[in-house]
Amino acid sequence: MRPFAYATPPDAREAVLAVAERPDASFLAGGTNIVDHLRLGVATPGLLVDVTALTSAEIEDLPDGGLRIGAAVRNSDLAADHRVRARYPVLAQALPSGASGQLRNMATTGGNPLQRTRCVYFQDVTTPCNKREPGSGCAAIGGATRNHAILGASEHCIATHPSDMAVALAALDAQVQVLGPDGDRTIPFTDLHTLPGSTPEHDTVLGHGDLITAIDVPALPLATRSRYRKVRDRASYAFALVSVAACLDVADGEVHDVRIALGGVAHKPWRAHRAEEALRGAPATDESYRAAAEAALTDALPQEGFDGGNAFKIPLLTGTLVSTLRELAGEETRT
Amino acid sequence: MTATLEPRAIGRDLARRDGAAKVRGTAVYADETPVADPLFCRIVQATVARGRVTEVDTADAAALDGVVTVLTSTDAERLASTDDAELAVLQGTEVGFRGQIVAAVLAETDEVAREAVDLVRVTYAAEEHDARLAADRDDLYTPESVNPTYPPDTHEGDMAAAMAEAPMTLEATYTTPMHHNNPMEPHATTALWDASGAGHLTLWDSTQGVHPVRQTVTQIFALEPEQVRVICPFVGGGFGSKGTPHANVIMAALAARAVPGRPVRFALTRQQMFSLAGYRTPTIQRMQLAAERDGRLRGIAIDVVEQTSRIKEFAEQTGVPTRNMYAASNRRTTHRLAALDVPVPSWMRAPGECPGMFGPEVAMDELAAALGIDPVELRIRNEPEVDPETGKPFSSRNLVACLREGAERFGWAGRDHRPGVRLEDGWWVGTGVAASVYPTMRMPKSTATVTYDAGRFVGRIGAADLGTGAWTVLPQITADALGVPVEDVDVLIGDTDHPEASVAGGSSGTTTWGSALVEAVREFRDKYGDHPHDGDAASGSVNPNAAEEDYAMSAFGAQFAEVRVHADTGEVRVPRLHGVFAAGRIVNPRLARSQFLGGMTMGLGMALHEQSLLDPRTGHVVNHDLAEYHVPANADVDDLQAHWIDEDDPYVNAMGSKGIGEIGIVGTAAAVANAAWHATGVRVRDLPVTLDRVLPAR
Repeated sequence: MRPFAYATPPDAREAVLAVAERPDASFLAGGTNIVDHLRLGVATPGLLVDVTALTSAEIEDLPDGGLRIGAAVRNSDLAADHRVRARYPVLAQALPSGASGQLRNMATTGGNPLQRTRCVYFQDVTTPCNKREPGSGCAAIGGATRNHAILGASEHCIATHPSDMAVALAALDAQVQVLGPDGDRTIPFTDLHTLPGSTPEHDTVLGHGDLITAIDVPALPLATRSRYRKVRDRASYAFALVSVAACLDVADGEVHDVRIALGGVAHKPWRAHRAEEALRGAPATDESYRAAAEAALTDALPQEGFDGGNAFKIPLLTGTLVSTLRELAGEETRT
Repeated sequence: MTATLEPRAIGRDLARRDGAAKVRGTAVYADETPVADPLFCRIVQATVARGRVTEVDTADAAALDGVVTVLTSTDAERLASTDDAELAVLQGTEVGFRGQIVAAVLAETDEVAREAVDLVRVTYAAEEHDARLAADRDDLYTPESVNPTYPPDTHEGDMAAAMAEAPMTLEATYTTPMHHNNPMEPHATTALWDASGAGHLTLWDSTQGVHPVRQTVTQIFALEPEQVRVICPFVGGGFGSKGTPHANVIMAALAARAVPGRPVRFALTRQQMFSLAGYRTPTIQRMQLAAERDGRLRGIAIDVVEQTSRIKEFAEQTGVPTRNMYAASNRRTTHRLAALDVPVPSWMRAPGECPGMFGPEVAMDELAAALGIDPVELRIRNEPEVDPETGKPFSSRNLVACLREGAERFGWAGRDHRPGVRLEDGWWVGTGVAASVYPTMRMPKSTATVTYDAGRFVGRIGAADLGTGAWTVLPQITADALGVPVEDVDVLIGDTDHPEASVAGGSSGTTTWGSALVEAVREFRDKYGDHPHDGDAASGSVNPNAAEEDYAMSAFGAQFAEVRVHADTGEVRVPRLHGVFAAGRIVNPRLARSQFLGGMTMGLGMALHEQSLLDPRTGHVVNHDLAEYHVPANADVDDLQAHWIDEDDPYVNAMGSKGIGEIGIVGTAAAVANAAWHATGVRVRDLPVTLDRVLPAR
C-alpha cells in the first residue's frame, strides 16, 4: 500500500480536470472496490479525487417515462425507489442481490458498473495478470476458473464482471451520461464495458478523466414484467456463478418481445441478442427458452482449471435462463 | 469414579459474563492492547514454494521515513531452538512453502510498515515444487503416529476376507478438501521485551492457551518461564488455529527483541492466515463396508491419504473414529501421508473426527440404501455393546437415544427412502442423517488456586475463553464445588501469572480446568473449612481419571438435515438442520447451545461451501479471503436446532460433563450430503456439495 493524495474539488468539471491531468489519479466514489484494491496493492494511485458529493444523488423522471439516476445515488436507495420497483423490477431485484447491506449503502450508481472485473489472480499481486500488469501473463488460465468467463474471453484474460446492477442495466438499454475532459457525451450501457481482447487492462471504453454523471433508463413497458435471477455458491454475499436479467412480453402464447442480459459469464454484462432474436415470435415454451439459451451459448468456451473448471456454467446458465423465462411467462408446468 | 457435584449453578442458563464487554466493544483483544508508543510489524512472504532466498534488498524499505528496521534471515537474531521448522522464523534462506516469512519491517506506523514491505525486493533460487495431493502417488509414507499419539494403522480380524465373503459389500472413495479455520479475529500479538536487558518478555497474544505459548517461546528463545508472561483475556475465535503457536507469535517476539522497551504489534492479514496459521489437510478416504443382509457390519475399513508439509509433519487422525464407531469384528484403518511443498497443516475444529466421519457416514447411508434399510435403523443395528477397539464398556453411550430423539423431533418416521422422487415448487427435497462422535478428553496438566477475600471466592487458572464460555462456566463449577452462590465466585483466566493450564483444545477445557478448580476447592475446604478468613488460599491440580482404565469415554450425537436442490440450477439449500447430542451433563445450556449451533453451522459450511483452492502451480491458496473462501451467511441458515438428552455419566469428571466444542461439526456434512442424495439421487462423495455436483440431477 502506497501513500496517495486526496482531493475534493468543488465540482465535477474540476474533478474531471484534476484526474485528467495526472495519469496516476483515480476517482473515488463509494470506495467499495478501489479501497480493497489499495489495500491489496492492486491499485496504486497517486491521487484520489473524491466525487461523491459532485454528482447528483437524485433519481429524476425523464419526459419519456424513463428515469435519470444520478451517479451518486447509493445502490440501496436505488433499490428502494418506488419508481424503480414499479417500472424496472429487474433492476430493483439485481441491486439487493449484490454485495452486502453495508456495501450497498456505500456503493454508487456511477461506481458500481466501474468496479473492476473479479478474479482471484487479479487481486493477488504475487501472481501474473495481464490486467494488472499488461504482458505479464494470465495466471487464471488453467488455475481456479470456477468464477471465470465462458463467453468473449481471450488468451489474455478470462475474468468476469461482477456487477449485478450492470446486468440489469444492460438488459434495459440504459444510457450512460459521461463528463470528460472534452465535454459531455452519452454511451449506450451495452457499449460501456469492453471484452478483454489483447488489452484486458481496460474494462470500459471510458478514457482517463471520464466521469459517469448519471445513468438514464429509458421507458420500457416490457420491463414491468422483468426479473433478475442470480445463482451463486451461497445464498447471499457471493458473486454470481451465472445470472440472468430478463424482461418478457408474452401474448397469445408467443413471445412478443424480450430483453436478456447475462452475468457471471463474460468480461462485461452480456446482452444476449441472439437469444432475444431466437425468442421473438417463438412459442413461450421451455423448448423455446432452451433454444434461446443454446443460441446465447453458441460460442461458449468453458475454461479448464485445477478446481474442476467452469464447464458447468453451460448447463447452469441454460437451466437458469429457462427457469427465469418460464417464471416470467407465468407457466406452471414443467416440460 | 469421582463424586459428581450436586448441580446448583451447573445446569443454569446463565448469560456469558464477558458478553456485555464484547457487545460494548470494551473487551480488549491482543492487537488493541493499550500500550505506549507501539511499533508495527509487517512481513514479506515467499513467492516461491520451494527454493532458497538468494538476496533481500532492503535498501528502499529501510530508507523510508518511519521505518525502524528491516529484518531478514541474515540479520535476525539466532533462535536458541530451530527444531520446529515452522517456528524457525528468519533463521535461514531455505523456503519450505509459499507464504513463508522471508523478511519483516518494523515501523512507527502500520501504514509505513505496509508501504515498506512492498519495497523489499527478494530474489530466489526457485526449485521445482510439488503441491499436488493424490492417492496414487508413489511416495506416500506411514507416519509414526497420527494426531496426537494414535497408531497410524490398526488391523482387527481379516477385512479382506470379510469383503470377499460378506453378502453385501460397499467400496467407495470420499474426499474432503483443504479447509482453513478462519476465526473472525486474525492471529495477533503485541510483544514487549523489557528495556533493562533482563530479558523479560510480555506477549499479549490471541491464543487458545497462554501457558502453551509460554512453553514454546521459552524453548525457542532459551528463557526461563519466569521471564515470559503471556496474557489473553479474550479470543475472537480460534477453532484450533490458535491452539499451538504459529510463526506469527515467534515473529512478533523476534521483532520486539530488536527494540527492547518498545511494544510491537503484529497481526496477520486474512490472506496471510491462509499460509501461516495452520489448516485442515485435504483427505482422501477409501471406505470398505462388508455387511450381512440385515445390515449388521461384518467389517469396516478406511484407508486415508492426506498431506503434510515437507518441513513439519502433522498427521490428521482421520481414520480414528472408524476404530470404535460401529460394531464390526473385522476392521482396518490406515493413514498415508504425502509430504508436500505446502504450508504446515494443524488442528482445525475436531481434527480427525470432523473429516473422518464424512466418508464412513456417507458410506453407511449408501449401505442403507443398497440394503433397503432405514439409515437410522442401520446405525442402531450396528451399535456396539463395548468399545470395539479396546473392549472396554462405554462410560455412557447414547447414540441410539440421539438417533431416536432426533428422528422424533425431525419427523423422520414414514420417510420414503427412495431418492429423487419429491419435487416441490421446482425443488427436489430430501432428508438425511449422520452420526456424530467426539472423545471425552482430559489434559494431564492444569492447576488452579482458590482464594477467599471479602466474602468472595476467586479462582485463578490460565485457561482460555475463545468465545466458548470459560469465563462463565468455570465460576459455575467452582461455586458448586464450594457450595456457594455463583454470584459470589469469580474465576480469572487468560494469564500465565495464573496457575498453569492446558490448551483449550480437544474439547477438554471444561473437564480439565473444571477438575483442577474442583481439586483446589477440595484443598481449600480441607484447610479452611466452611468459615475461611480473608486471604485464605489453596491450590489443586487435575488428576488422571482412574475410570479411563475401565471405560471408554465419548460424546455422541445424531444430525438430521433437510436439503432442497433446485431442479433447474442445482442450488443446494438446507432449510432444516437438527442435531441431538449426548454429552454428559450440560454445564450451561445457553452457552452449550451456542457451541453446538456454531459447530453445526461450521459443518454446514463444510457441507456446502468451504474449500481452500491450493493452486498446484504456485503452491498457495488462491481464494485466500472471505469473499472467495465461503463460510455460511445468515441466509444459508434457516431452522437450525441443537438439542441434547439428559445423560448421567458418573465416570467422566466431577461435573459429569463431556466436551461439546467440537462434536457439533462432526457428521454435519455427511447428513447434508446424504440428504442431497435423497433429494436428487445424485451421490456426492466429494465435498463441498456444490450445485455443479448435483446439477446432473436434471
